Amino acid sequence: MEFSHIFNSKSTRIIAFFALFIAFFNVNAQETADSTVLSDVHAEHAVEAEKFDINNFILHHIADAHEFHFFGKGEGWTGLYLPVILWTDNGLVTFSSREFQLDNDGKVVVEKDGQRFTRYHNKIFYASDELHHGAYLEMEDGEKGEHIVLNAKPLDFSITKIVFTLLFSIIVLSVVFIGVARSYKKREGKAPKGFQSLIEPVILFVRDDIAKPNLGYKYERYMPYLLTVFFFIWFNNMLGLVPFFPGGANVTGNIAITLVLAVITFLITTFSGNKYYWAHIFKPNVPWWLYPLMIPVEIIGIFTKPIALMIRLFANITAGHILVLALISLIFVFESVAVAPASIIFVLFITLIELLVAFIQAFIFTILSALFIGMAIEEHH
Amino acid sequence: MTGTLAAIGAGLAAIGAGIGIGKIGGSAMESIARQPEAASKIQTAMLIAAAFIEAVALFAVVVAFLGN
Repeated sequence: MEFSHIFNSKSTRIIAFFALFIAFFNVNAQETADSTVLSDVHAEHAVEAEKFDINNFILHHIADAHEFHFFGKGEGWTGLYLPVILWTDNGLVTFSSREFQLDNDGKVVVEKDGQRFTRYHNKIFYASDELHHGAYLEMEDGEKGEHIVLNAKPLDFSITKIVFTLLFSIIVLSVVFIGVARSYKKREGKAPKGFQSLIEPVILFVRDDIAKPNLGYKYERYMPYLLTVFFFIWFNNMLGLVPFFPGGANVTGNIAITLVLAVITFLITTFSGNKYYWAHIFKPNVPWWLYPLMIPVEIIGIFTKPIALMIRLFANITAGHILVLALISLIFVFESVAVAPASIIFVLFITLIELLVAFIQAFIFTILSALFIGMAIEEHH
Repeated sequence: MTGTLAAIGAGLAAIGAGIGIGKIGGSAMESIARQPEAASKIQTAMLIAAAFIEAVALFAVVVAFLGN
């Protein structure tokens, strides 16, 4: 069959490019021959089944990881081994995370070009030469009895599970919306058809209920940002609720991602502030003897608003995921199938609420961003 | 002991969220009963206010996590 027609469209070219990019990394990383692996793992693993540790289970699913796990455990582990990219003192080092052999306790050392790396609790360190307490790391005890690792770390730029899902959602959103934009141009003056008619009410909702009331007549400049943030947060929230690949990674529940979104809102607010905005902060409309109280409060207020945006989105999404995971693990904590019907019904109910929360959190983030930008560009009455 | 205090703190935050969202839900119910035509506007405003209150409760949960 003749397939070259798929490259006629720009969006499929973009998909093909990204697919090749990711595939190249995987293939390249797995073919490097000069790596040796030392492991002490097999001798130490006990044969009997371990007790189900609910804390570990939940934290493992909320946190980031260097592999994308589909299903299976131990020998039957099935998943996608994502590339590990490290910036070390000797330059860039890349390899597939397959070489860590799913080890997360510092027991497996990967050697590349004379540098040795080991992974402990999802962080990659330079490995020590000998085993200390079963791991190739030097550790000391922290105040609460947890272990603090003393080894140095290279800079970790790996494509982790969350980065992978982020790239995936960027590709999907770009393809969908560039396609919709192109069909608007093609069907100029005609009624919308297909996916356009699905997206159009939502875009009009953002314009009429979020942008126009808060931004006034200058709303068109900020519409691209508000639409991007709204659909990005909504789509990633929904992806996090899907239990199988490519969903299931906790993207918006990662505080680094929400931090970046909040910082962008903060930058847009600060850089579009007009003189009335700064006057309200540094010369508020109060008697002069209140200035020593009001001005610090206003200045702190500039920073707490984006911080609140960040924590609100992060905590809502992460709390939702923790709730669903905890309800599912009830089955394993009680170790009986009889709990399953009740647990599944609870999980269904909570997942429906989480779908609503996914939309609401996107809506709240967008409307608050619009509010802050509107306060910054407000004209004098 | 720190773990138990953190759990108690999170529980208090849940009480606060429950009271706050309960009050909002209650006044939303009353105003919809008084004026059924404005139901969708009131619902939107109620959801926005509920999200704010939930955010404050979740601040407390995050602090409880940190203190654990």
